[in-house]
Amino acid sequence: MENILEISHLNKAYKDFALQDISFALPKGYIMGFVGQNGSGKTTTIRSILNMAVIDSGKISVFGLDSVTDSVAVKERIGVVFDSLYLAAHLNVKQIEKQISPFYPKWDHALFAQYIKDFDLPDNRRVGDFSKGMKMKLMIAAALSHGAELMILDEPTSGLDPVARDELLDILSEYITDENRGVLFSTHITADVERIADYITILHAGKVWYTGTKDDLSEGFRVIKGSEEDIPAGLKEKMTGFHAYRNGFDALIRTEDTAGLPDSLETEKASIDEILVYIAKEDRHERRA
Amino acid sequence: MKIIIKNKSELPIYEQIEQQIREQILSGAVAENEQLPSIRQLARDLKISVITTTRVYNDLTDEGFIISVAGKGYFAAPRGNDLLRERMLCDMEESLEKAVESGRNAGLTDAEIIGALKKFLEE
Repeated sequence: MENILEISHLNKAYKDFALQDISFALPKGYIMGFVGQNGSGKTTTIRSILNMAVIDSGKISVFGLDSVTDSVAVKERIGVVFDSLYLAAHLNVKQIEKQISPFYPKWDHALFAQYIKDFDLPDNRRVGDFSKGMKMKLMIAAALSHGAELMILDEPTSGLDPVARDELLDILSEYITDENRGVLFSTHITADVERIADYITILHAGKVWYTGTKDDLSEGFRVIKGSEEDIPAGLKEKMTGFHAYRNGFDALIRTEDTAGLPDSLETEKASIDEILVYIAKEDRHERRA
Repeated sequence: MKIIIKNKSELPIYEQIEQQIREQILSGAVAENEQLPSIRQLARDLKISVITTTRVYNDLTDEGFIISVAGKGYFAAPRGNDLLRERMLCDMEESLEKAVESGRNAGLTDAEIIGALKKFLEE
């Protein structure tokens, strides 16, 4: 399968934070949910893909092109949606179009006008006065109107109401009916990607904790609950985010480690949210030492 | 084709969809040789991942419920289809087995069970 985005061994250090050996790939035709706590490195990774952050080492290829040396060609084919508007707030939709269309050889005026209409965006108001949902839709309209083959969304749904979030999922499902496209969707609202994402990459403290299909993730982990004294010898060490309370314990465990468990221990499906919570708990306890 | 996905179901989404398509093909609600939406269209309509709908169509093809025609898409299998017929027979046997078990649990004789079955056949 051809990858539309491929990151290998990316390293980028700041004073108090570092991305360490980030590697993952998004095959063409699919949606990847990019999840992790705030501060786990999602935005830094995205800035690296867009060549907005200078990477220390590693390689990022987009459409098979190098993100640094072919930066201009790459960016013409990417559409970005950030959690805040990157467009000039004092302009209206028409003025925005005039300002940004020259940067894109494939800009399609008729298509842009159609999206503005479909998304119910007023074309005579300052875009700075738009609601959060309208700003997001404006950025999407801009991305779709220059024929972007890869959409990169960084926390587009934070602060959006449920209706606007649902509209975004609709737009993305429609976008990906073209199998030559791809979507990288960073969010900490995992419900948004739980259904539509084909692949999931989980970042934790600057490292990749998981990357692969969403199905392998949900089949690969279980939440385990029960009484601490019923845990077979050696199993506790294999659990993540072990949490004991007065009446029992819960933790995250790999499905492969649940074979032959005593009946007194219960296991159930783990949502992406639950997985993120247990990863965070593991860190706080630093039980491993 | 009607598909309803329950988010709170214990069944994974792909199994929910498979079950519903199977039922509709068996009942004839989806006619034989009827074209199904493409993998990507189905994912779009249900707002679910393409990998999920790909898995659904692969599983149903393996089971003989649908057939894939290169370059054209997916179609409900013809009802004369051996795999589909076998599946229906299998369903029938399972239901009969259950019916016999229930009858015996209720203390019916074999003749009474057969009599009950005949009543259904005459309907």
